[in-house]
Amino acid sequence: MALLEVSDLVTEFHTEAGVARALDQVSFTLERGKVLGIVGESGSGKSVTAFSLINLLDHPGRVASGSIMFQGEDLRQASARRWSQLRGDRIAMVFQDPMMSLNPVTRVGDQLAETVQIHKKVGRAEREQLVIKALTRVGIPAPRERMRAYPHQLSGGMRQRIAIANALINNPDLIIADEPTTALDVTIQAQILYEMKELARDSGTALIWITHDISVVKDLADDLCVMYAGRVIERGPVDQVIAHPQHPYTRGLIDSLPHAENHGKRLYSIPGGTPPLLALPDGCTFRPRCTRATDICTQLPPVVSVEGREHRCFHPLVQS
Amino acid sequence: MNQIDSLAVKPPPELAPAAPQTPGRLLLKRFLRNRIGSGALLLLSILIVVALCAPLIAPQDPYDLAQVSILEAERPPYSMSEDGQMRYLLGTDGAGRDMFSAILYGLRISLGIGVLSALAALVVGTSVGLVAAHMGGRVDAFLMRVVDVQLSIPTILVALVLLAVLGQGLDKTLLALVLVQWAVFARNVRGAALVERGKDYIEAAIGQGLPPRRIMFRHVLPNCMAPLIVTATNQMAGAISLEATISFLGIGLPQTEPSLGLLISNGFDYILSNQYWISMFPGLALVLLVISISVVGDQLRVVLNPKLDG
Repeated sequence: MALLEVSDLVTEFHTEAGVARALDQVSFTLERGKVLGIVGESGSGKSVTAFSLINLLDHPGRVASGSIMFQGEDLRQASARRWSQLRGDRIAMVFQDPMMSLNPVTRVGDQLAETVQIHKKVGRAEREQLVIKALTRVGIPAPRERMRAYPHQLSGGMRQRIAIANALINNPDLIIADEPTTALDVTIQAQILYEMKELARDSGTALIWITHDISVVKDLADDLCVMYAGRVIERGPVDQVIAHPQHPYTRGLIDSLPHAENHGKRLYSIPGGTPPLLALPDGCTFRPRCTRATDICTQLPPVVSVEGREHRCFHPLVQS
Repeated sequence: MNQIDSLAVKPPPELAPAAPQTPGRLLLKRFLRNRIGSGALLLLSILIVVALCAPLIAPQDPYDLAQVSILEAERPPYSMSEDGQMRYLLGTDGAGRDMFSAILYGLRISLGIGVLSALAALVVGTSVGLVAAHMGGRVDAFLMRVVDVQLSIPTILVALVLLAVLGQGLDKTLLALVLVQWAVFARNVRGAALVERGKDYIEAAIGQGLPPRRIMFRHVLPNCMAPLIVTATNQMAGAISLEATISFLGIGLPQTEPSLGLLISNGFDYILSNQYWISMFPGLALVLLVISISVVGDQLRVVLNPKLDG
């Protein structure tokens, strides 16, 4: 049984201007200890996926249909009390902006200790030990002194490390990371990516890493999910998807990455822009921007599953 | 215990972190940079200390009938007593009580009432405000309408009516003051709490599995301290003034526990006979007290406002 099975998830936002389908029939699975990368442009629905999984959608968003099975448990049926038990203990989340996701008037050590206190009955000394252990795992030097610091006294990289420590302090089965390194500079990003990979591998925690930058998940993820306008348009093992993309959008994403060999040449970008959720084109939503589109593309492309890879396209790129 | 060296890139050698500057310490530093605020704080501190130590400092206990003699009545400031034992620094009143001592005791009562009522109103108002912000929807709307009604009625009117119905006394005055003040706290705290609730760290706290009540009291409330403190200081000044007013009108405190307002009221009869000191000095003390609290509160508002960004 997979750790997480998401099937045909539909999330809608009922606004005055109409119903926006942020997620349309999103499906993926995640095995224990594996890393799933979810990649997409802004507005593709990647963050909404994260919030839908952990039930943190803000009004007027709600999960309309579909199922989320976590270790065999139907999360959509979970009560608020059950969610309180799950969050921070079995499923944890790391948010994008480390500056805003820590309580500014509490010491970081106390914030970590609180996460433990809520879920486990341990004494204060043991709690402190757990906090120090977590800080060490994420690479914070001098943890005993550092844990008495306030968030504003730490750099961005440190803060995000604290947020990650907060997520893994109770050894959850699943960590959902929503663009955790987007707000950090590149060198820190490289460090944290490396550390996360080690942590996931050593602790057996499954990780969902959401990003708009494919190059970030290239080394980190086992599987890759590419999203566009609320749909998963390609899915598969990361090496295969990047080396031989099947969907034209994925190909476009990969081609837009700057390469040193193309020094001096014009950067490639996919023509056009993401359609607004309230005015999606019929059928394949990528159709207006696709060079391979034909009449059949006005119908919704079904998911085609071949040898562990999936795509939604009537004219997939065929590898030689 | 954990043998994993989890760093790919060794971080640069860290200097030992300095003792964390708590938000409180930083606040004090910023506050003291302003001279007027610091001056007001000093004055206020002096007044508080003096008020607290009134029994120790006052040359005479003006409400101990054994020490007071009617023969000493209406003596001007800085005059000597009949038997040469005591100098009346600020004169005596119509019953022979030393004004200086009376003012010290009066300060004590005025300050005590102001602080107590403000604190009680803070507890009540903050709870209401937090509940409103937490529950939202109809509960919030209802509570805020109650607050609106409370605030639209003039405070003096409420106090007068209440005391006319309940009668005189220290406890009833306190009750009236609390009733008049809680609404401001409720409104301000609700506003601040709503702002904080929208912020990411609260969302992260929900993501950690913290129960809603814990989030409200241990995460939202501490971050609402800024408007809370400012409101509290302003309300204290207001409470002291209000109490002085109703005591002046004769409905507040009984004669046995005179606040500054009551002293002013007592001295009022003597003003036209040129014995200004019986009213003026308590009045001056009251003004100094209220001004120092107001200025400190104002300075706090400035200092707490450009928040130390995280």
